Amino acid sequence: MADFLLEIGTEEIPDWMILPALENLRAKFQFAFGAFGGSALVVDATPRRLVLLAKDLVEQAPDTQTLVQGPYLSAGPKAAEGFARKQGVTVAHLAKASDAKGERYVFHQLVKGRALADALSDGLPAVILGIHFPKSMYWTGKGGPRFIRPVRWIVAVLDDRVIPFEIAGVKSGNLARGHRILGSKEPPDVTAANYFQVLQQNYVMVRADERQTRIESGLGADVQRDDNLLRTLVYLTEYPSTIRGRFDPLYLELPQEILSTVMRHHQRYFSVRKPDGSLAPEFVAVTNTDGDPDGLICRGNERVLRARFNDARFFWTVDQQKPLSARVPDLAKVTFQAKLGTYRDKTERIRKLAAALARQLEADASVVDRAALLCKCDLTTDMVKEFTELQGVVGGLYAHVQGEGEAVATAIYDHYRPVNMEDAIPRTLEGQIVSTADKLDTLRESFRIGLIPTGTRDPFALRRAAQGVVKILFEARLNLELMPLISDEPELVPFMRERIEFYLRDVLGFFYDEVAAVMAPPMTSLADLADRAEAIRYVRPTEDFEPLAASFKRIKNILKQAGIERAPAPNPDLIAAGPENALYDAWRCVGAETRESKSYREKLASIASIRPQVDLFFDKILVNDPNPAIRENRLALLYSLLTEFSTIADFSEIVTKGSTQI
Amino acid sequence: MDSFQDTIFKLKRYWADRGVVIQEPYDLEVGAGTMAPETFLRVLGPKPYNVAYVQPSRRPADGRYGENPNRLYKHQQLQVILKPTPDDVLDQYLMSLEAIGINLRKHDIKFEEDNWEAPTLGAWGIGWQVMLDGLEITQFTYFQQCGGIDLDLVPAEITYGLERIAAFLQNVDSVYDIEWAPGVKYAAVRLADEEQFSVYNFELADVEMLWREFELHERECQRLMELFRATKDRARFPVLPAYDQALKCSNLFNLLDARGAISVTERAGIINRVRKLAVGVAQAWMEQQSPGDEVAA
Repeated sequence: MADFLLEIGTEEIPDWMILPALENLRAKFQFAFGAFGGSALVVDATPRRLVLLAKDLVEQAPDTQTLVQGPYLSAGPKAAEGFARKQGVTVAHLAKASDAKGERYVFHQLVKGRALADALSDGLPAVILGIHFPKSMYWTGKGGPRFIRPVRWIVAVLDDRVIPFEIAGVKSGNLARGHRILGSKEPPDVTAANYFQVLQQNYVMVRADERQTRIESGLGADVQRDDNLLRTLVYLTEYPSTIRGRFDPLYLELPQEILSTVMRHHQRYFSVRKPDGSLAPEFVAVTNTDGDPDGLICRGNERVLRARFNDARFFWTVDQQKPLSARVPDLAKVTFQAKLGTYRDKTERIRKLAAALARQLEADASVVDRAALLCKCDLTTDMVKEFTELQGVVGGLYAHVQGEGEAVATAIYDHYRPVNMEDAIPRTLEGQIVSTADKLDTLRESFRIGLIPTGTRDPFALRRAAQGVVKILFEARLNLELMPLISDEPELVPFMRERIEFYLRDVLGFFYDEVAAVMAPPMTSLADLADRAEAIRYVRPTEDFEPLAASFKRIKNILKQAGIERAPAPNPDLIAAGPENALYDAWRCVGAETRESKSYREKLASIASIRPQVDLFFDKILVNDPNPAIRENRLALLYSLLTEFSTIADFSEIVTKGSTQI
Repeated sequence: MDSFQDTIFKLKRYWADRGVVIQEPYDLEVGAGTMAPETFLRVLGPKPYNVAYVQPSRRPADGRYGENPNRLYKHQQLQVILKPTPDDVLDQYLMSLEAIGINLRKHDIKFEEDNWEAPTLGAWGIGWQVMLDGLEITQFTYFQQCGGIDLDLVPAEITYGLERIAAFLQNVDSVYDIEWAPGVKYAAVRLADEEQFSVYNFELADVEMLWREFELHERECQRLMELFRATKDRARFPVLPAYDQALKCSNLFNLLDARGAISVTERAGIINRVRKLAVGVAQAWMEQQSPGDEVAA
């Protein structure tokens, strides 16, 4: 048994590519060297090294046998001799096996297991260069190997023995490298056993979780938690330390959104909060050092932040010289999409759509229209040109100080939301309307000119826009029918339905068949859709429901076989006394009940109560009566039953016990 | 404390000691050191070349009338090209910081992903912005393509932002407070530049004239490229003057852009026109350097 350690030494790898690369390395190593067993396969990384440790590998893979197929006996002795000679044996050593075509010679060939060291030496270059990166480079010259960044050294040791190979002129060895600045100048030699310890002595914390713990221990309770930033910093450092800097409280006059964006996105600093939740004039930066004893690093970072805040203040002041309302004409110079005109055009479309939505939803039409008119104007401001991620937010902040009123400002501020599934929807009805109108416009126009996402290709983030609309409509429970808004674009309808189904399943947690059942009737508002799905979920455990669903499936099949696509109301004169009449009465009675009852739960409960009559009907009555008039009437009864009770959901979609339909 | 010019001297000395040719700035308006032919054309082809020069870089849209302490219409870059890239290039770079008085043991240095792309040059590379105590001081790029051509040898381009480094070393908040030479501030040397060119670029530049000029230089470059295709005597053909015409167009584009004369819709089209010139010249240069080898377009 031996432990194998691999360190691929590179120049700094982009932080976000490291984890996928490690998983890729693990899988490729496992695939290439799985024959050697092993008790644990660990991967970890810093910006400058991808590390793999495989423990307790067997040093000699076991011998295996492969079966070599030879000629059929019928091919004669010459063929058999030839085959045996090729295997290096005589015919006496061959075995026989039978298959469909007869008896043939076979040879059990012994395959010697490879020595681990040889296999590693041969196989590692392909494993390493096979690691997938989203963007790779060449550095030794045209046609040279590609990797994420230049490979500068490689450690490959089996316990303490070097596994020799070469990549891009770099020979593997047992010399690791420490931290660029803090590590020893002489590359330290390592073994699989002491690697982590030696690296630690050279100021490299190889394990990401240890770096994370070290950073977290320096954050303090008043620091705004930010897991994405934390992960980035873990993979930007080899020996992280934290410093806490301050900035002039005067900058707190700038909106907190702008301050924290500067800190987070541009400087990778954590924000600090006062006990009341507002921003404190402090920040925490993570360095790649063992500390900052003279406070030099802290002062440097403070100076940089000051310059950034000055810029922001400069943009703020300059932008105020031209209010949003005066910027509307400037939108004619900002392209929305080459074929779809400018943001000025888009603004007009948003206004029109938003006005229609406002009417339907009884929102404040003047607020909606003002917000729609101004919502894209911040695209022409210096602040948004500098901090693009603040589009919308900046518009909202400016609208606020420019006296547009709170309702308009909030609607503008929120109108990009939700930016993803985790993000909240706009806070106000007016904001929800402007956001929905903006996104629906993008979807409708893009589909109109054929920009339709395919597979993973979705350059205009249309899925996200669609998901945003769906999320708003569900969560805000807007009483709005979506289909009339999108039905002009035939391909947009299935696209939106997919997002709706996704939301019902993955966010609201309904089962696949429940979703299919409520999606079958003509679409109402999404809030109504959710209510119907919820009602199904509620009545589903009751004893009558699933059997009734099975019966509905049966009715559907009977009608299908009979070729019935529509039918008149059943004629009571043709209804026979007994089970048929019982079902007829129940249908009428339940029909009346469902029309009166208020909630979907009640409606479904009363529909489910019809089950005994349905069962009895199928038990005792032959639909295919020899008398065609009676037969037609029975089909009409079933048809009425099915259509009338399927407006809430198509029960035949419900997967019942013992059913194989998915 | 070193003055601005001392820092520049030291950096040049440092690279000169490593066998790098110290060039003077290119004498046309450029947006970045990359555009000087010493970089743009020299990185092409199989001949090794190491060069460094300070390049005053004009970015009309970045002008702030001399009012912003960090933004300049024209800033100074020290551009270093190492072709091919030595294996220890990052160590050499870090030592150059030590050479200008930055004690790395006391500061925080990080290499953060920043891939460089210049659409008007058909050029891109992979690299980092180098962060010193949270300040971007250098853009480091491994060129992969230039003028749309895959590079035979991969050069490293190190672009030092000299004002930022000097402000850092001198511990001042505004570039205008940097001491350029003993007793002479940056403002005394350059403030008038910033004020006047901001006024011109944003307010007074004659848009129509700039368009005419753009077209004249474009046509001249195209004419030369057509002649190049037709001529047999390519060895002495003026490819370098053709490149000057492309550079003129690039600067005029930047001026028009700052003047607000280019709508976003037109933008991509104009960038493409400049790119065509640069790519054409790059291909001609390659053919001139290695006669007989036609370069695939």
